[in-house]
Amino acid sequence: MNRFVAFGLLALLLVAPWIGVYPVFIMKALCFGMFAIAFNLLIGYVGLLSFGHAMFFGSASYITGHILKVWGWSAELSIIAGVLAATILGVAAGWIAIRRQGIYFAMITLALSQMVYFFCVQAPFTGGEDGIQSIPRQPLFGIIDLKSDMTLYYFVVAIAVGAFLLVYRIIHSPFGQVLKAIRENEARATSLGYNVDRYKLLAFVLSAALAGLAGSTKVLVMQLASLTDVFWPMSGEVILMTLVGGIGTIFGPVLGAFIVIAMQNYLAGIGEWVLVIQGVVFVIIVLAFRRGIVGELMALWDRRNKPAPTAVQPAE
Amino acid sequence: MFELLGIPPQALFGQLLLGLINGAFYAMLSLGLAVIFGLLNVINFTHGAQYMMGAFVAWFGLQFLGINYWVALIVSPIVVAISGVILEQLFLKRLYHLDHLYGLLLTFGFVLIFEGMFRYGFGSSGQPYENPLPGGVNLGFMFLPWYRGWVVVASLIICLATWFIIEKTKLGAYLRAGTENPTLVRAFGINVPRMITLTYAFGVGLAAFAGVMAAPIYQVNPTMGSNLIIVVFAVVVIGGMGSIMGSIVTGFGLGVIEGLTKVFYPQASATVIFVIMTIVLLVRPAGLFGTQR
Repeated sequence: MNRFVAFGLLALLLVAPWIGVYPVFIMKALCFGMFAIAFNLLIGYVGLLSFGHAMFFGSASYITGHILKVWGWSAELSIIAGVLAATILGVAAGWIAIRRQGIYFAMITLALSQMVYFFCVQAPFTGGEDGIQSIPRQPLFGIIDLKSDMTLYYFVVAIAVGAFLLVYRIIHSPFGQVLKAIRENEARATSLGYNVDRYKLLAFVLSAALAGLAGSTKVLVMQLASLTDVFWPMSGEVILMTLVGGIGTIFGPVLGAFIVIAMQNYLAGIGEWVLVIQGVVFVIIVLAFRRGIVGELMALWDRRNKPAPTAVQPAE
Repeated sequence: MFELLGIPPQALFGQLLLGLINGAFYAMLSLGLAVIFGLLNVINFTHGAQYMMGAFVAWFGLQFLGINYWVALIVSPIVVAISGVILEQLFLKRLYHLDHLYGLLLTFGFVLIFEGMFRYGFGSSGQPYENPLPGGVNLGFMFLPWYRGWVVVASLIICLATWFIIEKTKLGAYLRAGTENPTLVRAFGINVPRMITLTYAFGVGLAAFAGVMAAPIYQVNPTMGSNLIIVVFAVVVIGGMGSIMGSIVTGFGLGVIEGLTKVFYPQASATVIFVIMTIVLLVRPAGLFGTQR
């Protein structure tokens, strides 16, 4: 089933700009989709709620933006540098944060990202309140021109599909199985001889690196890196996307990203109400649809195909 | 006049006082968070927004209804506490049986709702609030504005009174027992759900009280709470949520450290508490006064 959905979506992505969909919108949604996939890797498969993923997204976008604009490196090298920066930050933040679980983990990651935010406010290269503006789209490999939205579109689709396949591979690998075991019962995983902290840290770093990839790619698309990328509402937004789509589902975060970005586009005219509406969506989902859209659909599908009632509760 | 390490004493003690005041807010907010978490198992992200609402109710009262500061100090926490009771009864109550994370996400949703509404209503710029205690006294080594002195003293009294109620009275004993084992307390005939509601109202009221006290010092501003609550989270991580006195000491102590950083190395003043949090996590992951749970 999954395979048909995946090929269908890929085909849709490839033809989308030819059937009248605005490519920049899809590219932006794909970047946030990658961000949400990265976040979901932690919450959905290790059970760790990070409230500070904006620090990886934002710092990668600053690094990539600075390198593209000031140093003039080619697109792929700038992105790699951004991902590296996010990875290093991920090692440091993860090393500190995995010392606590649950609610404390969320508060610690939030505090760490606030620290990164204050650093970005003060650091000279980030441009303070203005951010880094009109970042040039340097050519890919130094030869392929990315100035046209259409060329860039296929580059971004390639990155996003690559990131998606990577996460799919991680989740379905033995490593991913251990992560799920940790989510379900950490003490048990420890007793089976797994070094739980090392698994958690690796998952955290992978998630940080992917969030960085999302931030770096976003800079190439939007040509802007600003404090918004690294501030706490961004961490809230990625949580919202994952919640809307469905925590712990493969397609959920991407769908959630498309919905939230579309919502922001349509509601851009009414200013502060966007915040209120996002808050209301948060409340409704937490109270009534904790599995998210994809999660609820999958539950519905299961119920129709397996009429015999099962005693197993879905993991939440 | 003497000088200390090349810093004029006026600046040093001025920042120290400001640090104490910030510490008072950290202490009052982390106290409320800890009490609420103990009984409800919910980290109340809305705490910052409720602090902001406390300040706004006071401002609104002064501006449109002629309610002065001293009345607002009592009325505003009550108003915000009532809104807290509604929030708890309608929404939070449904999440107690779930993972703690859902409580955090729900209250985060309410942060967005409240902040968005206040930003829509009042804009992002601050509203000034008139100082109810103008003037001050020259202590020789520094000038002490009456109002700032009042904030430090009043918040200390409130914190110590809270500590006394929870640790030394019968009501507090019920509360501590409810934190330990709600089912058993219920079996003794105590109305635990009502106790939970009142505890939430109390914690929220404390946040609103801090908000009213903050109004004349900082401007009344829709984003004043969300920036503060993240620091308070760090304070909670540093102190651990196990002990009431621990929250008070950590709050005031970190405020003073932050004030001193502003004097000696101002670039780090915004991040010093987060740096301390990192160090504490590396050395003593459960927090200074906490137990791992």
